[in-house]
Amino acid sequence: MAQVADTAQKYMGGGVLRKEDPELLTGRARYIDDISMPGMLWVGIVRSPFAHATINTVDTSRAANLPGVRAAYSGADLASEWADGLPCAWPVTEDIKIPKHWPVAQDKARFAGDPVAVVVAETRAQAADATEAVDVDYDPLDVVIDMEAALGDGATKVHDEFDSNSCYVWNLEVGDVDDVFNNAAVVVKERYYHPRLIPNAIEPRGVVCQPNLPQGEFILYSATQVPHILKTTLALTLGMPEQKLRVIAPEVGGGFGSKLNVYAEEAICVAVGRRLGMPVKWIEERSEGYLATIHGRDVIQEMEVAADSDGKLAGVRANLKADMGAYLQLVTPGIPILGAFLYHGVYDCQAYSFTCTGVFTNKTPTDAYRGAGRPEATYAVERIMDSLARKLEKDPIEIRRLNFIEPFNEAREVASGLSFDSGNYEASLDKALEAFGYDEMRAEQQRRRDSGDTKQLGIGISTYIEMCGLAPSQVLGSLRYAAGGWDAATIRCHPTGKVTVVTGTSPHGQGHVTSWSQIVADELGVAFEDVEVLHGDTAISPLGMDTYGSRSLSVGGIALHYAADKIITKAKTIAAHELEVSEEDLEYDGGIFSVKGAPDKSKTVAEIAFSAWTAHNLPEGTEPGLEATYVFDPPNFTFPSGAHLCAVEVDTETGMTRVEKYVAVDDCGNVINPAIVEGQVHGGIAQGIAEAMYEEAVYDDNGVLMTSSMASYRVPSAAELPSFQTDRTETPSTTNPLGVKGIGEAGTIAAPPAVVNATLDALAPMGVYHMDMPVSPERVWAAIRNARGQEVESRGKDTTAAGSGLGSADTPGGDA
Amino acid sequence: MRRVSLTVNAVEHEAMVEPRQLLVYFLREQLGLTGTNVGCDTSTCGACTILLNGKSVKSCTVLAVQAEGTEVTTIEALAQDGDLHPLQQAFHETHALQCGYCTPGMIMAALDLITNNEDMDEDEIRTGLEGNLCRCTGYHNIVKAIQQASSEMRSFATK
Repeated sequence: MAQVADTAQKYMGGGVLRKEDPELLTGRARYIDDISMPGMLWVGIVRSPFAHATINTVDTSRAANLPGVRAAYSGADLASEWADGLPCAWPVTEDIKIPKHWPVAQDKARFAGDPVAVVVAETRAQAADATEAVDVDYDPLDVVIDMEAALGDGATKVHDEFDSNSCYVWNLEVGDVDDVFNNAAVVVKERYYHPRLIPNAIEPRGVVCQPNLPQGEFILYSATQVPHILKTTLALTLGMPEQKLRVIAPEVGGGFGSKLNVYAEEAICVAVGRRLGMPVKWIEERSEGYLATIHGRDVIQEMEVAADSDGKLAGVRANLKADMGAYLQLVTPGIPILGAFLYHGVYDCQAYSFTCTGVFTNKTPTDAYRGAGRPEATYAVERIMDSLARKLEKDPIEIRRLNFIEPFNEAREVASGLSFDSGNYEASLDKALEAFGYDEMRAEQQRRRDSGDTKQLGIGISTYIEMCGLAPSQVLGSLRYAAGGWDAATIRCHPTGKVTVVTGTSPHGQGHVTSWSQIVADELGVAFEDVEVLHGDTAISPLGMDTYGSRSLSVGGIALHYAADKIITKAKTIAAHELEVSEEDLEYDGGIFSVKGAPDKSKTVAEIAFSAWTAHNLPEGTEPGLEATYVFDPPNFTFPSGAHLCAVEVDTETGMTRVEKYVAVDDCGNVINPAIVEGQVHGGIAQGIAEAMYEEAVYDDNGVLMTSSMASYRVPSAAELPSFQTDRTETPSTTNPLGVKGIGEAGTIAAPPAVVNATLDALAPMGVYHMDMPVSPERVWAAIRNARGQEVESRGKDTTAAGSGLGSADTPGGDA
Repeated sequence: MRRVSLTVNAVEHEAMVEPRQLLVYFLREQLGLTGTNVGCDTSTCGACTILLNGKSVKSCTVLAVQAEGTEVTTIEALAQDGDLHPLQQAFHETHALQCGYCTPGMIMAALDLITNNEDMDEDEIRTGLEGNLCRCTGYHNIVKAIQQASSEMRSFATK
């Protein structure tokens, strides 16, 4: 194999414009809400306004009698539809507590937003009206909102069947950690609260189910990242033969992990379609989505490092409490585990300890949000490296250089037990420092400090690493994940020389159609325009594990590369036969097989595709047709890394903080499409800055989400963000033959500590050494006032609901 | 039900609508113009931005009956004879879209911005886009696209 590795690259690495764009730019793309069918009915969901309540009665009679209403169901009415609850595919420990999660609650509501009844009507508006006419009698119960309170003795339990709200305890220990910490010259210990976030893909979720009862078949259209996972898991939840369920992800308007799930509404729409025999549709309203779509993060981290007196790391100890919310969604318990091996970052050390306790609370379930576990790890590592530098009075750059793992081009084991694929952390940092003008910025910072300028400058560094390319199936198995981590690709060479590619990945903005075309065009020597890429339909693409965790190129793209190899292997046999030479006498380059020493004797892949189709003259035993499928199971993860530098300007009078300069040098290995890579970095940084400065989901003591709409949860606009300076180093991955690593989450992982470190750097001369995210103007202002011994008038929690972008000053897990 | 007549993308329409019908759903569900998207319920995200009598508005904040007698322009009207509008072309060339969901609204907002403001600097463009949220691009390339389209549209206009 690997005939294609040396093929001339015409498209890969080049500036190719996206094939996806024209229909998106002209409004012709078909998203979930653009799908409509004759006779289609609308589903509305009645949700509990209480975070914890007994459901006494659900009276649907008033709703059922409204104009246009076809049906109204309580949780009990639909109970017979479920063969099982909604799935949790990642039971991280043997003794994990997994509560039954019915799509519609039957006895108790366990978070504000828990579905308690379903209505079906002829129009969107009638369905909305009907949801308000369902009378539910609740007995509100005590709630648990704060994770630490939830773990306390006598705490109200989210699930009565368990003995406590502790869902699981997962740990990893390498080396003699206690010994290293006991004998260290320096120990730094800090506590960080990583706020709860709301993903906010701009397209809300939605579902259309089209039943064909006589055949027992169902087509489910869903705004999902994971059509393949949905098909298998929903078949189990609904007790439905999997071969009768087809899942289609139409154009999907962003995901960021929030559409990497199996949601109640997906199960409900299939169940209602099965009952009524009519197509049904549900479209999430944004404020509804804030309750019903998974949240991200919400983790308390106790982070500890041991070092010698120079600051050379010896050990790392991380102890997490992770908020699961009220139920376990698809991979809720596993999110912290995705970061569990990365708490030493890009630094060498000998002893490593990680413990995470998953905690049930009466809040919306958490799950994968862009970065998933790795932003938490990176934040803890990069914050504490700055604190270590401060303690030893060193420059944060110096402390990082001292501890970097040396450059390596072959996989090497690191302290946590992982095997990093390749890395050159110095190289990206050097490049970033130069682009940033680090020395000049430090000089400017000193000038402002000396002059007592009210606008102080802060500089923050984040030299991050992440873990992508999910994942080697055996490793997933050892981590108790319920599925594999492979992905699949099919290449079909048509007799006319055109090519269809079928991929198991499911893009929703990442441009796979373009990048996959680049790979195939180069490897098979066909025109970029002549490659069609199909995805997101389980009937067209039966094999796949979908798109999340920056896995698509480094798993699905590699499957494509190997499928091209299979095509070439078969085509070579046919070409040798037609040219009447042995296969060893043929050379392959850019889609052409030519006879060594006689280059005028040649055949193109397109010509072979035609003769494989006519099958008039094939070698003995060769099947007609030129098509190949490859399923790639990666041998290891990939480990993208990089250096991000951020300068913030803090107005010390008002607390107003702005990012003045942001430089990102990322290393995602080899690059197929530089513009797409840059775009991923830009979007990731923006989300990371948002996480650091603007966004936080805030609950009141009763479990009511106060940041309950886009008007009160601060997704930043263009006006809050700067332009970014991006560059790359390229250290090819050793995990796969294309040397690619993944870039989808890098910005979101790297940016938060860069921004917070910068903000704290601005405030350090005033004696402010800690703030939790979001480092909103109000928090910055309060921190400065506190440091100066000035009074800070508390405006109470409800100020956070007004949505002025001020974040929250006094939420659980605030300043330690 | 109330009767409403308006011109949408140069075509006159007369229809019966519920008084509470939002303009965006009238466009999407009654006229089948699904290029205009809905992203929120608080007039925050701007995905539904259209031009109403030449000015950008969020069509989720206008009742269909309020559009009586107006001229509405949606994303579907921008490309002519298969050629992308300079703004669409600039978005394409600068990779200013990823999932594409905010894009129609972003382009309609940008069209108003460019038409009514000469020689905007980056800050002015960013402030002008405040009502339109994008979660994919970080706005970096959107700002570039608008700068590029702005200069192209001006040079075209002065020819």
